[in-house]
Amino acid sequence: MTGTTGGVQYSKIEEIRGPLVVVGGVEDVAFDELVEIETGDGTHRLGKVLEVGNGSAIVQVFEGTTGLSIADTTAKFVGKAMEMPVSRELLGRVFDGLGRPKDGLPEPVADKFVDINGEPINPEQREYPKDFIQTGVSVIDGMMTLVRGQKLPIFSGSGISHNILAAQIARQATVRGTSEEFAVVFAAIGVQYSEAEYFKKSLEDSGALKRSVMFLNLADDPAIERIITPRVALTTAEYLAFELGMHVLVILTDMTNYAEALREISAAREEVPGRKGYPGYLYTDLSTIYERAGKLSGKQGSVTQVPILSMPSDDITHPIPDLTGYITEGQIVLGRDLFRQGVYPPVNILMSLSRLMKDGIGESRTREDHQEISNQNYDAYSRAQEVRALAGIVGKAGLTDIDLKYMNVGEAFEGDLLTQGVDENRTIEETLGILWKVVSMLPRGEITKVKDKFIDEHYKGE
Amino acid sequence: MAVQGRIVWVSGPAVKADGMAASKMYETVTVGNSKLIGEVIRLTGDVAFIQVYESTSGLKPGEPVVGTGNPLSVMLGPGIIGQIYDGIQRPLRELSKASGSFIGRGITTTPIDMTKKYHFVPTVAAGDEVGPGSIIGTVKETEMIDHKIMLPPDHAGGKIASIVAEGDYDLETDLATVKGGDPVKMYQRWPVRRPRPYTARHEPIIPLITGQRVIDTFFPIVKGGTGSIPGAFGTGKTVTLHQIAKWADSQVVVYIGCGERGNEMTEVLVEFPHLKDPRTGKPLMDRTVLVANTSNMPVAAREASIYTGVTIAEYYRDMGNDVVLVADSTSRWAEALREMSGRLEEMPAEEGYPSYLASRLAEFYERAGRVRALGGPERDGSVTLVGAVSPSGGDFTEPVTTHTMRFIKTFWALDAKLAYSRHYPSINWMNSYSGYMGDVADWWSKNVDEGWFALRQEAYGILQREDTLKEIVRLLGTESLPDEEKLVLEVARMIKIGILQQNSFDDIDTYCDPKKQYMLLKAMIKFHTRSKEALGRGASIADIRALPVMGEMLKARMTVKDDEVSKLEGLLSTIDAEFENMGAAIAK
Repeated sequence: MTGTTGGVQYSKIEEIRGPLVVVGGVEDVAFDELVEIETGDGTHRLGKVLEVGNGSAIVQVFEGTTGLSIADTTAKFVGKAMEMPVSRELLGRVFDGLGRPKDGLPEPVADKFVDINGEPINPEQREYPKDFIQTGVSVIDGMMTLVRGQKLPIFSGSGISHNILAAQIARQATVRGTSEEFAVVFAAIGVQYSEAEYFKKSLEDSGALKRSVMFLNLADDPAIERIITPRVALTTAEYLAFELGMHVLVILTDMTNYAEALREISAAREEVPGRKGYPGYLYTDLSTIYERAGKLSGKQGSVTQVPILSMPSDDITHPIPDLTGYITEGQIVLGRDLFRQGVYPPVNILMSLSRLMKDGIGESRTREDHQEISNQNYDAYSRAQEVRALAGIVGKAGLTDIDLKYMNVGEAFEGDLLTQGVDENRTIEETLGILWKVVSMLPRGEITKVKDKFIDEHYKGE
Repeated sequence: MAVQGRIVWVSGPAVKADGMAASKMYETVTVGNSKLIGEVIRLTGDVAFIQVYESTSGLKPGEPVVGTGNPLSVMLGPGIIGQIYDGIQRPLRELSKASGSFIGRGITTTPIDMTKKYHFVPTVAAGDEVGPGSIIGTVKETEMIDHKIMLPPDHAGGKIASIVAEGDYDLETDLATVKGGDPVKMYQRWPVRRPRPYTARHEPIIPLITGQRVIDTFFPIVKGGTGSIPGAFGTGKTVTLHQIAKWADSQVVVYIGCGERGNEMTEVLVEFPHLKDPRTGKPLMDRTVLVANTSNMPVAAREASIYTGVTIAEYYRDMGNDVVLVADSTSRWAEALREMSGRLEEMPAEEGYPSYLASRLAEFYERAGRVRALGGPERDGSVTLVGAVSPSGGDFTEPVTTHTMRFIKTFWALDAKLAYSRHYPSINWMNSYSGYMGDVADWWSKNVDEGWFALRQEAYGILQREDTLKEIVRLLGTESLPDEEKLVLEVARMIKIGILQQNSFDDIDTYCDPKKQYMLLKAMIKFHTRSKEALGRGASIADIRALPVMGEMLKARMTVKDDEVSKLEGLLSTIDAEFENMGAAIAK
């Protein structure tokens, strides 16, 4: 029997190896097909076909292979790729990492079933993201502006306050002057219970929970399931955005756990590894997640992604942050030093960047001097850092007057602009005011990146 | 008779099929019931190993594989300019009509509109002798492009038996018949992995002006040359490439988005139609072709996209155009090679890359050049290749960067530290180099000013001295230096802010005419010379720092338009005047 529709088929297991099972005697099985594994005690697990040929199929089991035996286990090929049932009813619900209800409520009634792998967006059909999102966090709005349809990750380290920042963004993010429908999709990928709970509570307190969909794969849930979690989350987000016209903010935490699950499967398949044992296709695989953000021409909604990843040993050149940075449209980097000093949010602005900022700001979006005053602050803060390094060697006495001024600017920047309360929601005007206040500590001659007319209007120095 | 085989194995983009003994290496095949496009990349007995250019999800063993008999080819003719193609030249606008916002599979469309009529003007007459590559007439493709209709390079040539009169024809019309040869139409096909032939190669000596000061003045590239931009993420690679694509003085630009972000291609599509070419005043989209295989599109087509792009570039070169090809990023292309190599279970070399990575890179960059095209009339054209490299972890010792450096002559090293301090373009002036420096000096002295080369060398010398002094300053602070060395730091800072930095988002600064580049350089050097004299006559570094002209020089790049270079002459006199005043004040 051949055909594309596929059919139900039971087959025997030939080999179990790590998260993989090899199913023998298969016919009419397709690449990427969903598989239901039935164990000896009658329970079911899900998997998918990674490779098929010569009468056997290699199947990746999402819930792990612990407890499976060659004798009692059978595989059933479902005849289609894994699908997520989607509908408006998903809002307000909590699911597990494979998209099954976890809140004790029944399966939502599906409007349709969608292949979780998605399809690549035709670049010709994308609409270039331009709508400024006010997060109320000064350093983001002023220095690395987020826009609708962007993918802007937070690069953090173990123990740093990335969850608090992500939750603050989720609570406060608005596009000013609009009242369009918004939603939050939250995917926990191998994080601790307390982190997921913090997020849930934060959404609950702000009343956003009923506009949210949560997918939870916690630290003690099966690792291989993590391959699926971001995909069911993004499938849901795409449906809410492009079919229901909502503006969806997707938070994925922690992508490092995702990459590690991918490495586990690659190792089990005995593939030739790339850097640090991660598969050579890590970049391509990550892109099939991150590129599922954006706006489409002729459609109302948008998908904005804020993935969080913890950099192993705070190393930004580690393959996971490195390849992520090559795909995403910028990055918000949290710094260990600032975190130790108690600065919140501890954003290292020099390493951070928003690539879509230039088109999301300016006249009629934020303010016409925004780009230039932001550039001047970057320049001043970077000079301040140089001066601090120099002062560490020659002492303050060895510094010139102008050096000392830059040092003060550095402190003002961290104290006034960066530092802010967890519930403090600043408008863009307040943020721009602080940026000018910081720069006004310098003599006018030092301001080389701003046009004279803006200096005349906003400069407050002597 | 087309080969017909059967799938026996599927894993990601790799498929094995049996019954394929009669197929050829690099033959295009259709795979499965949904007729996905693939290419044969290995033959073992009657089993063919096929890389599939579309997602293989749902493909089953037992489904058919049918050969086309042809290698992977592109269709070349009027209608290419302004298009956005995927890696195997499928027009993305047409695909969206078939499958909406997302890219569907198994869709076949022709790369160019076969029914559109163009106004053909013949340039040869019946009885004329034509050879391979000869031009038989022209059509107006866009406002900027006169598209030459040429005999395909593999056409035998001969006497023109008949040719149509001037008039409007579609692409399938036989425009001319040649005795003993195939009729000539408005389009031709060419296999992408085979370079298009030419008559002779010239030494590339004409600079490709990009309007970017750090490139044109310090690390120039030439028409027909090769260049590479390596940089960690966030160093401004894409912006620099976009700047080259926007402002390079070429007639045609081919921009390949190879495994990069979807929004970057959208940005080009949105922005280029509104930007005007500084030389012709026409929209930039009228000279641009995009090949977009973004990171999440099928990986095998990413491998092909580089060849698709360079073949299109060679075709326009053969008409006598200067063509710039920008490939962002060759690292993603190399990763596609690595992925297929892994699935073929080949023995890997460094970091899992196949051992033939270096030779593939060499083959690609060797397709650059300034050439005398095949056939008559005599004409020269060039293909300039600029490839981005995305070294993992920003480490320039990784295989793709090191191999690329062997085959290119201009190296623009992007520097994360400069980018972090928002020095853009973040091209590091100590690590970058250009092998064309000597070649372009002639052009500058003829077209701009005889003193250009000496000024450039002097400015570069100042930057080098600053680099050495920086080490001392890092340990001891600035105050320990004598005034003369403080001056070097001061002038180097001026060169960095006033010349090396360039704001691509500023309407004036985004493009800088060669004459303006020269004048800015001249002003800085003049300032340095006058300052040295002043120090010798007893002025202090503080006196010099207090001169108002300094601020004016730093902002000149953003305040003086290209057509107001005379204002910079005024700047030179201001420098003189302020030093005269200072001298007088000190003398008192």
